[in-house]
Amino acid sequence: MALIQFTNKGIYCKQGNFYIDPWHPVDYAVTTHGHADHVKWGNKNYLCHELTKPILKQRYGLEDNVQTLPYYKEIDINGVKLSLFPAGHVIGSSQIRLSYKGEICVVSGDYKVEYDGISTAFEPVKCHTFVSESTFGLPIYNWQPQEIIFDQIKSWIIDNHQKSKTSILVAYSLGKAQRLIKNLGDEYPIYVHNSIANLNEGFAEAGVELPATIRITPELKKDELQKGIVIIPPALADGRWVKSLIQPAIGVCSGWMAVRAGRRWRSADAGFALSDHADWPGLLAAIKATEAEKVFVTHGSTAVFAKYLNEIGISAEEVTTKYGSEDDDDENLIKPEQAP
Amino acid sequence: MKRFSQLIQELELSNKTNDKIAALVSYFTEADDLDKPYVIAMFTGKKPKRPVPTALIKQWAIELSGIPEWLFAESYHSVGDLSETIALVLPPATFEIDKPLHQWINELAQLNGKDDERKRDYILNAWNGLGTQERFIFNKLISGNFRIGVSNKMLVNAIAKQSEEDSSKVMHSIMGKWTPDEITYQELIKGAHVNTDNSWPYPFCLAYALETLPENLGSTADWQAEWKWDGIRGQIVKRNGELFIWSRGEELVTDQFPELHFLKDELDDGTVLDGEILSVKDGNVQSFSMLQQRLNRKTINKSQLNDAPIGFYTYDVLEHQGNDIRQEPLANRRAILVGVIARLSTKNIVELSPVIEFETWEQLAELRLTAREINSEGIMLKKLDSIFHTGRKRGDWWKWKINPYTVDTVMIYAQKGSGRRANFYTDYTFAVRDGDKLITIAKAYSGLTDKEIKEVNAFVNKNAIEKFGPVRTVKPELVFEIAFEGIAESKRHKAGLALRFPRIARWRKDKKADEINTLDDLRQLISSANQLKSDHQA
Repeated sequence: MALIQFTNKGIYCKQGNFYIDPWHPVDYAVTTHGHADHVKWGNKNYLCHELTKPILKQRYGLEDNVQTLPYYKEIDINGVKLSLFPAGHVIGSSQIRLSYKGEICVVSGDYKVEYDGISTAFEPVKCHTFVSESTFGLPIYNWQPQEIIFDQIKSWIIDNHQKSKTSILVAYSLGKAQRLIKNLGDEYPIYVHNSIANLNEGFAEAGVELPATIRITPELKKDELQKGIVIIPPALADGRWVKSLIQPAIGVCSGWMAVRAGRRWRSADAGFALSDHADWPGLLAAIKATEAEKVFVTHGSTAVFAKYLNEIGISAEEVTTKYGSEDDDDENLIKPEQAP
Repeated sequence: MKRFSQLIQELELSNKTNDKIAALVSYFTEADDLDKPYVIAMFTGKKPKRPVPTALIKQWAIELSGIPEWLFAESYHSVGDLSETIALVLPPATFEIDKPLHQWINELAQLNGKDDERKRDYILNAWNGLGTQERFIFNKLISGNFRIGVSNKMLVNAIAKQSEEDSSKVMHSIMGKWTPDEITYQELIKGAHVNTDNSWPYPFCLAYALETLPENLGSTADWQAEWKWDGIRGQIVKRNGELFIWSRGEELVTDQFPELHFLKDELDDGTVLDGEILSVKDGNVQSFSMLQQRLNRKTINKSQLNDAPIGFYTYDVLEHQGNDIRQEPLANRRAILVGVIARLSTKNIVELSPVIEFETWEQLAELRLTAREINSEGIMLKKLDSIFHTGRKRGDWWKWKINPYTVDTVMIYAQKGSGRRANFYTDYTFAVRDGDKLITIAKAYSGLTDKEIKEVNAFVNKNAIEKFGPVRTVKPELVFEIAFEGIAESKRHKAGLALRFPRIARWRKDKKADEINTLDDLRQLISSANQLKSDHQA
């Protein structure tokens, strides 16, 4: 029998009697990472990476029923050996490796192959069955190295300063925000929204070192913000507060910005194709490296990507899941679909 | 090309007219002077001859990127723009080419007439030497089709600001006859070519739709009412023995309408007329679909000349005895126009567009309802003391169109849009009932709010039955009221009829699919419309 099944509650391992990122409450949930489409409230027990724990606590108030593991350490659940491998998506993100009677299956959650300076770098894991996302599973998505993107962001910020504009970067609170903070340097003070500041505190307690940032409070003067860099989550980009700033210039950081239709998103003044997901070559390279005999493609360009994998000789199947389908602070909130 | 590429990015990212104008002004200040006339030509739709057909470009892009054709098609449907799709799927550049824009354009022009192999070498070399954004620009240069939300007016305003020239002079100048390889930027903005060129037209004066009751316009004595004709707005220019016919799309269409060529002998030099190109047979204006048979043809055969003879209904005179009289009040211009038309010895082809006599607004409102009987779209209201404005201006001229026809239909197909809406199902196909079958009668993609588009999008995602490439067959459930301007029999359409200007009037959430109109309802509409016309003509 296969090691995983796709049920209406989520990805289920019958032999171990646990679910991976279920979307309906279950007794035992293994969590790949802290984004809302992968974590549902109400499971009896959670198992996740050590650095995902502060996120579950911060965002969902989960603490007592959360069990943690470091990367690579193997545990036994009802005879199934389980271990976590870095997925490189956000801090704490993990691929779940299951091994049972010589059969190996890896559920990758969300992943990217480029090292972002803050999330533990992605590592391909050899397996028989691989479950992959395909958020950017079209050959039009080819990321540039992040140094180039950060150079673009930095020169945009310098240009804004020269024009007395306030630089506002729109980024998901979990993942993209920390990646920006880590890579923007210390030339300008960085002001962050509450949701980002709270997560950063959680990470600090767990021992993740991040450059200093300033929490945005009503007392802060607008001209101070103008002299620094402001980071806010997508939900606030259209809000009144942003409009009240001095000459606001909005830069959206998301893989969707690679396409012009995406860049014309709402009120964006600039778009930077900085993604926490693998691009087309990244997805293909990651999948080939697993040497998997069977690939299940979950959320994203599932049909197209699965069809292509089959054409190049990798047996693949599309699977319907609820990942990437709901409003949360993952890449999907900024997807052009959300903003006609 | 880097500076031009930057301009395009700035134009695409800004939502405000002022920002766009600022980007254009700084471009025209900083860019290579040799590039500027090409940019103006491109933005005003002066297309060079396409050196390589789209099919070949696409084929080469597929070969070079090494992806299967279906995957290229999927990518295109996600991106919504062919030039951009190609730029994105090609492998990264292997070296760097840096050439000025005008050089690229000239090199592309020189590809005309070369064999496919030479063309292929050139295009592939360019692709390999350019980054994604510049590749996109290069692909747009091949197609010559650069639509990035810069109107002629906006461009003219920016050039006028940058060069400190009068904007209407700049508009004249860039609307005239010139080619970017024969003129410098300085000559162009100074209008050096305009005086020696007999052809240049004036910018059209355009009207806004009347949004209020005509009673609010004041006394009827201050207004002239005319029929609003449904043809091609045109300008006829006669200077120094030459005749030119311009369409509103700023195209010279002189050759397409031989019926009007007698004006070369009969109009005085220094005359410019504004009016509507129509198909007029036996004194009656025919429908737009009749006129359409005559448009954009290289040759015109006898039966076309016979079935759809051309007439020109004159609205205005802009130049008289060589003088620009656009600043004269309309009443004076009309008096001059009456004289000009009266002096023509060939009758019944170029005529005055009649002025509608009326005393009260109620009376005019009633007359307006008869517009359709004479193939008119409604009424134009022009203030008697109005000058002939440049472009669209609020207040002096209004179009007061008749309400469109409507029909209730059900959506049966949906397709993703392009550009800004590339990821949304925004193009819909609608059907009416014919017995127990549904029969397609219109395609439309405008008229819904963003919120409604989202809702329809969600419906399509949930209720798609079949895929045909980009098209999704959906459960026939959503009822839409479609508005249209006219209806005519058509052999090309399965329904046997075609709607003119169909668009979504509203989403009828209150109606079910079994409450939509039938094909018979529409057939009746055609016969009653024909009845009305014959009554009128009798």
